[in-house]
Amino acid sequence: MFAYLIRRLLFFVPIVVGVMLLTFCLFFLVQSPDAMARRVLGPKATPKAVENWLHNRGYDKPLLINRDPEKPWHDSLFISQMGRLATLNLGNSDVSGRPLAEVFRQGALPSLLLTVPAFFAGIALSVGLALYLVFVRNAAADFLASLICVALMSVPVMVYVIFGQFLVAQVFNYFPAFGFQLQGWSTAKFLLLPVALMIVSGLGADVRLVRALFLEELGQDYIRTARAKGVSSAVILLRHVLKNGLINLITLVVASLPFLIMGSLLLENFFGIPGLGNVLFTAIQAPDFAVVQASVFLGSLLYLGGLLLTDLCYAWADPRIRLH
Amino acid sequence: MTSFLQIWLPNLAVLTVLLVCVFLAKVVARSDRWTVARRRLQRDKVGQLAAFVCLIYLLVGALETVVVPTQTGSRTLLQMLCSGVPQEKGYAAPMASTALSISSPNPLISKHLLGTDALGRDTLVQTLRATRAALWIGGLTSLVYIPLGVLLGILAAYYRGWVDDLVQYFYSTIAAVPEILMLVAILMVLGKGLGTMAIALGITGWVGMARLIRGEALRQMERPYVAAAKAMGQSHWNIITKHLLPNVMHLVVIKFVLGFSGLVLAEAVLSYLGVGAPVGTASWGAIVDASRSELSREPLVWWNLASASFALFLLVLCLNVLGDSLRRAFDPKSTS
Repeated sequence: MFAYLIRRLLFFVPIVVGVMLLTFCLFFLVQSPDAMARRVLGPKATPKAVENWLHNRGYDKPLLINRDPEKPWHDSLFISQMGRLATLNLGNSDVSGRPLAEVFRQGALPSLLLTVPAFFAGIALSVGLALYLVFVRNAAADFLASLICVALMSVPVMVYVIFGQFLVAQVFNYFPAFGFQLQGWSTAKFLLLPVALMIVSGLGADVRLVRALFLEELGQDYIRTARAKGVSSAVILLRHVLKNGLINLITLVVASLPFLIMGSLLLENFFGIPGLGNVLFTAIQAPDFAVVQASVFLGSLLYLGGLLLTDLCYAWADPRIRLH
Repeated sequence: MTSFLQIWLPNLAVLTVLLVCVFLAKVVARSDRWTVARRRLQRDKVGQLAAFVCLIYLLVGALETVVVPTQTGSRTLLQMLCSGVPQEKGYAAPMASTALSISSPNPLISKHLLGTDALGRDTLVQTLRATRAALWIGGLTSLVYIPLGVLLGILAAYYRGWVDDLVQYFYSTIAAVPEILMLVAILMVLGKGLGTMAIALGITGWVGMARLIRGEALRQMERPYVAAAKAMGQSHWNIITKHLLPNVMHLVVIKFVLGFSGLVLAEAVLSYLGVGAPVGTASWGAIVDASRSELSREPLVWWNLASASFALFLLVLCLNVLGDSLRRAFDPKSTS
């Protein structure tokens, strides 16, 4: 098990290096640091201001190798950027100058408050609905259910949010349609609507997926055996299909667990929740390249963490699988 | 030169799409798998309806793409068809006969079926015109990611060894970055535009295609016909294009249709985030974005949001339904 983990982590090293190279190419080769400075500072920036901006961030170093005999060869943009990321130093924001590690740490809690309840409630709801659909299986209900699922999937998230916000603000007038305050239980008031919208916007795809998993399980030989020996449908569904289907489901959803910390780009912006999604949204509008670059790097680390978690969950949920 | 780019390039694009469709139809008409699938599709009324609606969207998009030179500059066919619709001075409600203004409800030039937007342009016409952006994004991106994904997927499965390792390394690295972050990063660097959006979506999109094709091609490589072709001394090129490619083509078509719906949605979201379509391009995402402030107006302006989101919803829904129908039709396990 331990050896497996080590090997897996070693396998991740080239991928992390690849992501680092990719971000470097994108942010410093495809567009020159000079162009980046001009876009951040605006078209009216003086050459002096651009030079200062580049110097403060170390972007004025030579691109790949420093040929200046007075300086060490590794004093270049490429080496310093790689070294910075390898030591998990995320750098500072282009706009406010604050350390990004601090910005991200502050945004993590509001993001998690939004995504964690939505994630678990969403799974519980879609498992329940899928189980019900499998239980009442007939042609008409199946057709209707899959049509509704596809319809739910086809609505853009923005439309869900705009509609939900409008409904709450103008019609019900009970929840706040915008804003966020971190103060004990009253925070829930601000989160209820975004959480509900997040669940609804993912429901169609989730129910379809879970239903397909359950149906696949229902077609297995052991289910036929159970039916043949006279086990009732309810017991088959709850004891066999649900349990085995959930094992498959866990391994599918665990990969997205680390991403909960990234929050939701659209929802957080719409509702003014100061999470990581909102940080990214503001960075896109600014534009703040440092935030986007750091998010890309962090996002890839989270993805790899999710892969590792999935492997561990497989071994934990299915006793036939041993990691070695 | 500019007149060439502005007039002939869009027209050529429409012509090329038509020719490719005819060519594909001729090729698939011969294959066994495709005949079976076609027979199944002929019984699938819902799938046919979805395909029909998609064709209508395609037609509207083509009308907005074909450019006709006129004395006052070039205009699209759709603009010429809708030239009878007058422009008002500001908002007007659907089928209203006076402008939407409490202080000065001036009479309108004519009634508008779905009202008008802030600049007084007919909402229905604007919504139809925005079809072009969605279809262009879907089409251009497919032109980027399908050849790339299919080629790399097949090469990885055919040559195995270091080719396979390299392809897998490439797509693992790109897949490691969450898609939306990757899109935003690429578009921030490359700038707004339909072309750059297609490039960005293509870079993230080929991963899924390559994985799918590699998996299926690996399965096909185990089949005896590949061994037979090798034993008969056929060239690598022949085996790949004449044997492997036709046998994975149905997956490409299914993925293309289902992927198209994702691309249409992505265009709207990216335009909404402000890294998508450039300002002034008619796009559903841009209309939805603009309509956010309209909802807090008094009196309420809802028709722009409603028509743009409905147009978007209907296209994505039909693409999803059609994709599912195709998947069922090609599924060897289904019996109907």
